[in-house]
Amino acid sequence: MKHIIAVLLENEAGALSRVVGLFSARGYNIESLTVAPTEDPSLSRMTIQTTGSDEVIEQITKHLNRLIEVVKVVDLTEGAYTERELMMVKVRAVGKEREEMKRMADIFRGRIIDVTEKSYTIELTGDQTKNDAFLDAIERGAILETVRTGSSGIGRGERILRV
Amino acid sequence: MEIAKAEVASASNPSNSHPSAKAKPAAAGAEQELRGAEVLIKALQAEGVKYVWGYPGGAVLHIYDAFFKQDTIQHVLVRHEQAAVHAADGYARATGDVGVALVTSGPGVTNAVTGIATAYMDSIPMVIVCGQVPTHAIGMDAFQECDTVGITRPIVKHNFLVKDARDLAETMKKAFHIARSGRPGPVVVDIPKDVSFKKVPYHGYPQTVEMRSYNPVRKGHGGQIRKALQLLLAAKRPYIYTGGGVLLSNASNELRQLVDMLGYPCTNTLMGLGAYPASDRKFLGMLGMHGTVEANNAMQNCDVLLAVGARFDDRVIGNPKHFAQNERKIIHIDIDPSSISKRVRVDIPIVGDVKDVLSEMIAMIKESATKPDTNALGAWWDTIEGWRKRDCLKYDHGQNDIIKPQYVVETLWNMTKDADTYITSDVGQHQMWAAQYYRFDQPRRWINSGGLGTMGVGIPYAMGIKLAKPDSEVYCVTGEGSVQMCIQELSTCLQYNTPIKIVALNNRYLGMVRQWQEVEYEGRYSHSYMDALPNFVKLAEAYGHVGMLIERASDVEPALREARKLKDRTVFMDFRTDPTENVFPMVQAGKGITEMLLSAEDL
Repeated sequence: MKHIIAVLLENEAGALSRVVGLFSARGYNIESLTVAPTEDPSLSRMTIQTTGSDEVIEQITKHLNRLIEVVKVVDLTEGAYTERELMMVKVRAVGKEREEMKRMADIFRGRIIDVTEKSYTIELTGDQTKNDAFLDAIERGAILETVRTGSSGIGRGERILRV
Repeated sequence: MEIAKAEVASASNPSNSHPSAKAKPAAAGAEQELRGAEVLIKALQAEGVKYVWGYPGGAVLHIYDAFFKQDTIQHVLVRHEQAAVHAADGYARATGDVGVALVTSGPGVTNAVTGIATAYMDSIPMVIVCGQVPTHAIGMDAFQECDTVGITRPIVKHNFLVKDARDLAETMKKAFHIARSGRPGPVVVDIPKDVSFKKVPYHGYPQTVEMRSYNPVRKGHGGQIRKALQLLLAAKRPYIYTGGGVLLSNASNELRQLVDMLGYPCTNTLMGLGAYPASDRKFLGMLGMHGTVEANNAMQNCDVLLAVGARFDDRVIGNPKHFAQNERKIIHIDIDPSSISKRVRVDIPIVGDVKDVLSEMIAMIKESATKPDTNALGAWWDTIEGWRKRDCLKYDHGQNDIIKPQYVVETLWNMTKDADTYITSDVGQHQMWAAQYYRFDQPRRWINSGGLGTMGVGIPYAMGIKLAKPDSEVYCVTGEGSVQMCIQELSTCLQYNTPIKIVALNNRYLGMVRQWQEVEYEGRYSHSYMDALPNFVKLAEAYGHVGMLIERASDVEPALREARKLKDRTVFMDFRTDPTENVFPMVQAGKGITEMLLSAEDL
């Protein structure tokens, strides 16, 4: 089952490699991982999307907590949360394709952020299933390039992760 | 994440703004300028370090110069960095103090890796100080450069690269704090050469340290302990299974008190031997792959299991599916939450320091009106005594005065049981025989590599212990295979006058490999026979020690007696033992712990 784990950790050189090393050393999956400093520059916030049985997820959160530089760990999927991923897709856009691509971008509430004679670059934000749906909806052969940030997650309402 | 470029910039310009130290400096100590190396020495002195095992090299020359100018810490020059870490590790296991090793960059570090991983697997508190090439040379493939932090990351509790000498005192404080608190473990501190050379203002060693991201629990949850106790007192077939955590937490007395109050049977893992006295009737022996019939059967058939500072290792519970066939409630006390429900599902987890939790449990039992069910307990003990009657450690003494390895260990035990004796071992058959036939009645007397199973630890462990315990007898029970992996340390033993006694059970085979090949590979002894063994007697003499060759069972006792008399000499006893002897009981890989082979007839 898919889990989204949010980690608050010291913004120190090497902290990221400890997390990644833990996943590879213990054979856990990383579907996606994003990390950046928070409003407090001494802390980084990481979102890890992973899959595994309940036992595996329990071990993952325990082992993350064991890392000296990790301050807090929360499995967001245990409660209500919001998930967003930014995706940029460069698509072929020639002739009547141009109109079709524009329409598809509109339907998915995407924005065209770069235009050439032959291509559009479309920016989409949403949970991963929405971004997947967009890629499925357009003609596969028209996709020139895709880049996705991986999911970032945050708890809903009063669920707050901070020091 | 802080990016590498920013790191390089701050490293090349040390006058950059400096993050304020979180640790509070000592009140005393007027400001003075010290070199990084001197700050390091001050830190080691403040931590009460008495011995450092190490090996010099280019990147640690400033540190060695600082060692030269002080006389409170004794440095022991080993012959190979692996042994430096093992010796400091052995010292830590025997004393409970943090063991300290010092190695140079590059090959110094890579040689130390086996030692660090060994300590990590057994949760031994250590600080390993490594030299590193100067900060400006890092990443340039400099001479003797390696990515120490990267190489050691998976085998340490934590590691640091100190890029600014002003951070050194605080980093050392953190390193010692992390190493000895919570679930202990080795911490590596990597110090570039320019950092150990640079002069910086020194305000004294920090007295306290605060880390918002690291606050290990000590006290267990009162409610959980109460629930555990209800379960434990209502048990019909209770069993107490304890591991290395009891020793690490110095909770041996509490364990003894608890077992005595309850009258329940108790077993220790390989790492936990000595936590409960082996000579006591309530002790069922070691459990696991080479555990006793009674210890393993009780593990499988108990209805309430109290696991204390143990981690349900694959060598302990065998096949987890087989283990799960019998229903039992499990209470698990451990300081590390990730050890709980890792291999088996636990009903009542208690996260906390073993000593604290057991003390609280004992206090609650004293107050409790509920007492153990004596009828049920009596029946359970009858069952256990039935298993014990099998006398699974009985062995055939053989004919023609052949030396049985078990006999050597038994004789050693009989001779030294009343003295303060430390037994180290290497890894293999001899290790199991030592664990089975030497009865450890005191904690921290059995020193071996349990988790990683590192051959070669025996001699360095023994010399590390002997330095700390000069009045105790220290024996290294080893094999002719293992002992050759760190035999160069015989030289260190002479230089530092650490007279140890080496009991080599020489069967001319890599015995445990040969045993598995016999059991699992139809006797195809692939590369487990050692031809061209050295003459160990002459080898010992070449190193300036005493060598003895013992070939007959009737000579075992006189030889040990003679070696014991040579108090001030290191003695290498080469016992030529029965080459075909195997360790029994044995649980084959993949089998359940009650599916034991009991003797050669079961093969």
